[in-house]
Amino acid sequence: MRGFNITITVLIASAIFSYLFAFIAGLCRISENPIIRHVTAVYVEVFRGTSLIVQLFWLYYAIPMLFGIQLGSNWWTGVIAIALNYGAYMSEVVRGSILAISKGQTEAAIALNMSKFQRMRLIILPQAVRMMLPEFGNYTIQMLKATSLVSLIGMTDILYYGDIIRSSNLSQAPIVYFLVLIFYFLLALPLIWLTRKAESISKKGVASG
Amino acid sequence: MEEVAVKKTSEIEEKEDPIVVYKDVHKSFGDIEVLKGINLEIKPAEKLALIGPSGSGKTTIIRLLMTLEEPTSGDIIVNGKNLWKMEKNGKLVRANEHHLRNVRGEIGMVFQHFNLFPHMTILENCTVAPIHVKKESKEKARERAIEMLERVGLKDKLHNYPSQLSGGQKQRVAMARALVMQPKIMLFDEVTSALDPELVGEVLEVIRDIANTGKTAMVLVTHEMDFAKDVADRVLFLDKGVIAEEGTPEEVLQNSKNERLQSFLRRFRG
Amino acid sequence: MKWNWETFFDALPFILPGLGVTVGLTFACYLFALVFGFFWTFLRRIPIRTINWTVTWVMEFIRSTPPLVQLFFIYYAWPMIPGIGVALSPFTSAILGLGIHFSTYIGEIYRSGIESVEKGQWEAAKALNFSTVDKWRKIILPQAIPPTIPMLGNYLIIMFKEVPLASTIGVAGILLMANTYGARNWAYLEPLTIVGIIFLLLSYPSAILINKLEKRMNRRFDKEMAFVKEEVKNA
Repeated sequence: MRGFNITITVLIASAIFSYLFAFIAGLCRISENPIIRHVTAVYVEVFRGTSLIVQLFWLYYAIPMLFGIQLGSNWWTGVIAIALNYGAYMSEVVRGSILAISKGQTEAAIALNMSKFQRMRLIILPQAVRMMLPEFGNYTIQMLKATSLVSLIGMTDILYYGDIIRSSNLSQAPIVYFLVLIFYFLLALPLIWLTRKAESISKKGVASG
Repeated sequence: MEEVAVKKTSEIEEKEDPIVVYKDVHKSFGDIEVLKGINLEIKPAEKLALIGPSGSGKTTIIRLLMTLEEPTSGDIIVNGKNLWKMEKNGKLVRANEHHLRNVRGEIGMVFQHFNLFPHMTILENCTVAPIHVKKESKEKARERAIEMLERVGLKDKLHNYPSQLSGGQKQRVAMARALVMQPKIMLFDEVTSALDPELVGEVLEVIRDIANTGKTAMVLVTHEMDFAKDVADRVLFLDKGVIAEEGTPEEVLQNSKNERLQSFLRRFRG
Repeated sequence: MKWNWETFFDALPFILPGLGVTVGLTFACYLFALVFGFFWTFLRRIPIRTINWTVTWVMEFIRSTPPLVQLFFIYYAWPMIPGIGVALSPFTSAILGLGIHFSTYIGEIYRSGIESVEKGQWEAAKALNFSTVDKWRKIILPQAIPPTIPMLGNYLIIMFKEVPLASTIGVAGILLMANTYGARNWAYLEPLTIVGIIFLLLSYPSAILINKLEKRMNRRFDKEMAFVKEEVKNA
């Protein structure tokens, strides 16, 4: 079935960018600088407070109109919309996990005279990331589902081709959409498996062996 | 023989400058004043025990020195340098991270709840700071960490994780972790309070070992009165945020007339 | 082309009537999911392995495939299935599609609520010889439901944000109105911004409200738990 590569590439790219945004925004929200904190909070609340589909259309129509720039292509528009949206959600996971690491860990690191950056890199983040893994897995499955929206801005993904076949031959609709669903489920299976694995890793707290 | 030896150390101590000086240090948490003017000198290699009821401020004293809390007023001088204040354009201003790191490098601390890093092996717990803070080579850091872990009797646990150890073992690792940084001052914050009674002994043994061999100054916040008597050169009784009694272990723990101190000690003998 | 306030105020009265449809559809989907969620929870409690396994994977399937495709399936494909197929209106399709999708999440919330009731409470109910109905009515549900309320509230907001998907099958909510306006006047920026603002204005305060509710519930629930436990002890 065609459209496969669009769905996959959009998923991979938006996953990578969303993790990036999540870490940047999550760290900014616990920054000591109030301006950085508040600006990031606005980003997070705006993207969490509105629908992804609205954000997608907004970026698709409004950005070129408002600034006279093209985001390059529909592919980029889709990736950026999904990444910004889920980056906002996951930044809360990043922030929550960092704050959940016990104060004693920071104190022990200070007692060993580590700098702020060393404390974050060597002590806090390695533990926080373990806590984040299951939630990141869940959000990645959500992102896979969200990639179906790019067909609405004219991307020729798997759903787009499904729609084409359906509109040319309506009686085939059941089998076409069922196959599309199966296709998404097959993509989701490894993600589900990884998420469960991540859950067991994070429950142990420490990956021994 | 012994008498002479004791006299000798005290003579040396008197000549030497103190390594830590507290000058009228106050600390408040919100409306509650925990420390109400602490004046204190600690000599190099001196073993100091802080005793007192909970809430008397004894833990806060060492947390200020470790830079885990900031004093509300007063000065703490470490090795001649003001810990919480630094000079900038000829004026004394609040210390920044850089200044704190420069001064607190001499200080190490062991915590009541161990605070080992759960994502690192025992060996990694003891090498992370030498490698990243002191910029030592991995081999050298590893060598010294193993040596230190052998000293606390945990050489066979190098590649275990903290979650696989008993409380007493964890606390011994925590001490090795602090010792590899070769601090001039070691702070012990009620290090046996979170342990099962049968594990207290092994931890006290290690502290005794450090006290006997090291030139490290030690400040022990403790409830182990017999141990304090054994190890400490000087005992401080803290009460309601002030040093209420101070002297040799005999003076404070046996011959004091201070009523609050006596009622405090009675609870431990009871 | 730049921002134009004239377009903004021209589009506003065009879009706003869609709000009723959007909010109405949200509540309809939500109610459907709340009821249908019970169905999943009930099915998963059947102690037969094949049934349990099948239900688990059916739920997993619904949950991990896009609601948009499920919506298309119900709207376009369902009527084409010989024998059982019925043509449904866009609104009904949306209720079914989004309702079923989110009922799998709601069902998990119910389950977590039931599992959060301590083992001792089940044993106490047994020891006191409660009937099955009484056990659920008097012991289990009063403890299982309160902790799930904030999570259920969150899902109302989540579903509100998913409802615009229904514009793709022609439900005339605010997003479809905005797109229609945009297509007619070739001005998308202002109408779409209006839609964004409406979502933000409704969902952000609701999220804060639910957060507060959660904190209050936690306090009250702690008190009630102590009371219930006392009751069981005294009985």
